[in-house]
Amino acid sequence: MSAKPKMKKVFDRPKSLKDVPYHYCPGCHHGVIHRLVAEQIDNFGLKENTLAAASVGCSVLMYDYFDVDVVESPHGRAPAVPTGLKRAKPDSFVFTYQGDGDLAAIGTAEIVHAANRGENITVVFVNNAVFGMTGGQMAPTTLLGQVTTTSPYGRSAVTDGLPIRVSEMLSTLEGTAYAARVAVDNIKNLKKAKAALKRAFTYQTKGWGFSFVEFLSSCPTNWKMSAEEANARVGKEMADYFPLGVYKDVRAN
Amino acid sequence: MARRVMIKGNEAIAMGAIEAGCRYYFGYPITPQTDIPEYLSAAMPKVGGVFLQAESEVAAINMLLGAAATGVRAMTSSSSPGISLKQEGISYLAGSQIPGVIVNMSRSGPGLGGIHPSQGDYFQSTRGGGHGDYRTLVLAPSTAQENYDLTMLAFDLADKYRNPVMVLGDALIGQIKEPVELKTYRKKLKEKPWALTGAKGRHGHILKSLFLADGELTDHNWMLAKKYKSMEKEVRFETYRAEDAQLLLVAFGSVGRILRTSVDILRDKGKAVGLLRPITLFPFPNKAVRQAADKAKALMVMEMSTGQMVEDVRLAAECACPVDFYGRPPGSIPTPDELAKEAMKIWRKRGLK
Repeated sequence: MSAKPKMKKVFDRPKSLKDVPYHYCPGCHHGVIHRLVAEQIDNFGLKENTLAAASVGCSVLMYDYFDVDVVESPHGRAPAVPTGLKRAKPDSFVFTYQGDGDLAAIGTAEIVHAANRGENITVVFVNNAVFGMTGGQMAPTTLLGQVTTTSPYGRSAVTDGLPIRVSEMLSTLEGTAYAARVAVDNIKNLKKAKAALKRAFTYQTKGWGFSFVEFLSSCPTNWKMSAEEANARVGKEMADYFPLGVYKDVRAN
Repeated sequence: MARRVMIKGNEAIAMGAIEAGCRYYFGYPITPQTDIPEYLSAAMPKVGGVFLQAESEVAAINMLLGAAATGVRAMTSSSSPGISLKQEGISYLAGSQIPGVIVNMSRSGPGLGGIHPSQGDYFQSTRGGGHGDYRTLVLAPSTAQENYDLTMLAFDLADKYRNPVMVLGDALIGQIKEPVELKTYRKKLKEKPWALTGAKGRHGHILKSLFLADGELTDHNWMLAKKYKSMEKEVRFETYRAEDAQLLLVAFGSVGRILRTSVDILRDKGKAVGLLRPITLFPFPNKAVRQAADKAKALMVMEMSTGQMVEDVRLAAECACPVDFYGRPPGSIPTPDELAKEAMKIWRKRGLK
C-alpha cells in the first residue's frame, strides 16, 4: 500500500463560521458575503471579541452560521442596537449585517444617525434590490421598470420614486469615515470586496469611525432568474445604476 | 446616614437609576419627562457612564436593547406618545429576555393629547403594549421618594426575571418637588452568563425572539408564561386606614396619593373609608383586592382616565362586593375634596352607615 499523499490545505472554512449548510437559495450571494466577513473576523483575530446585530430579512439567521455573539434587532433598527452594544463594550468589534429592505426602507433613520454620530461600528449592507424574505416585494433600491410582487407593472419613478443610492447618501455625512460599494459577481470584484471589508475592519479596530460596505447581491428566486442570469444582472444592470467603488476613505494616504 | 434632598420627581428617577448602577441611558426629549435626560446628560459623564440622545424613541429603546444585551444596566425614559413608539422594542426585549428599565412619566392622550397628568396608559403598560403574548413588570410610584426607590427596584426585577420593567408615573409625579431620602444601593450585582461579551472559549451566544422550528415557539411562549406567573411573588401594595373600612377606595399613582387626604376628610366625618394602592400594576395585587372585597361592603376605583384599572379590580373582586368607579379624563387634577364627595355619593348609593 502506498503512503497517503501529503497534501497542503489551501482552502478551509473560516473559524468564525459554523460547519453547517446555508439555508440560502442557490445562487444567492449571502453565502459568499458571509464567508468574506468571517474571513476578516479570523484575519483580525476578532472571533472572541465580536458582537453582531442580526437584522430582519433572509440574513436574520446569520447567527446560525457565524459563531460569534449575536443579538437580533427589530426590523430596520440594527444600527441602533449596535450603538448600544458598542457604547457598552467599546473594546469589542461590532458589526451589523443588513439587507436593503431593512436598511434602506424602514431603517433609514437609524442608519443615517448612526453614521452621522460616527459610531465606531461596521455595517455590512447587502443590496439585492428586493425584499427577499417576504417573497420579492419592491424595495427602495428596486431598479426602475423592475417587476416585483408589489410593482407588477414595473417600478415607476412617478409613483414609487427613484432607487436610493445608500453609499453615496451616507458619504455626504461627516460622521461616515469609510463607505464602499462592492460586488461578488466575479473574481476581480470579489477581491475588491475583500479589500473593502479589510479596510472597514481596519477603520473600526483602529477607532477611526463609522465604516460601511455595500454589497450588490443577486436574488435569483425573487428576480425569477437562473443563478447565472442573476449573477450577470448584478454586474450589468445593478452596477450601472449603483456604481462600484470607494465613496469615502477619510484616512486614505 | 442617608442624605435628604429637595428634588423633582423626575430627578429622583435619574438619581435612583445611577445609584442602582445604571450607566447607560438612551433618551429623547418629550414633556413632562425631559428632566430625566437633562439630569443624566450632566450626571452620566461624571460617573463614567453613557448618556446618548437618540434620533427617536424607536432608536433609544433599541440602543437600550443593544447595551442591555451585553449585561449592563440600561434605561430609557419617555412620556406616553414616545412610549407608544418604544412598544416594538419592548416586545423584542420581552421575547429575547433582555432586561431593561423603561420609565413612562405619562401625559394625556390619545394622540398628542396634552401634557397634563393622566392614567390613560394603564392598559398599554399592563397588557404588554406591543405585539405578542408578553407582560412587563409595572411599578407605579406616587411620590418622588417612591420614584427613587422603585427605580432601584426596577433594575433588580429586570435582572432577576430577564424582562423589561416599566416605571409608570405621570406628569404630577414627575414634576412634583419634595424631600427625598437618598438611600444607598448595597446589592452586589450578579453575573449574567447569557450576556454578549464575546465568544471567549465558548460558542457564540444568541439573543433572539425568532423561533421557526416545529414547536419551538410554543415552548418559548409557555416558558415565558411560567415566568410571568412566577412574578406574582413581587406583588406590592399599600393600604391606608383600610382595616375597618366599609368603603375601600382603590387607586394607583397620583390618584392614590390624593386619596390619602380624601380618606382623612371622610374619617373626620366618621365614615369608615380606607384606601388600597397597588404599587405593582403587573403583577396586580389580586389576592389583596379579593380579601378586601370579602371584608368591605363596597369597593370604589378612582382613576385619571375613563376606567382602565377598574377592570382588573372587578376581575380580582370576583363579584364578592360591588365595585364602583369614578374617572377623571385628563385636563384637571381632582382635589381631595372632590374625590371625597365622589366617595360619599357611593357611600350613600350603597346605603353604608
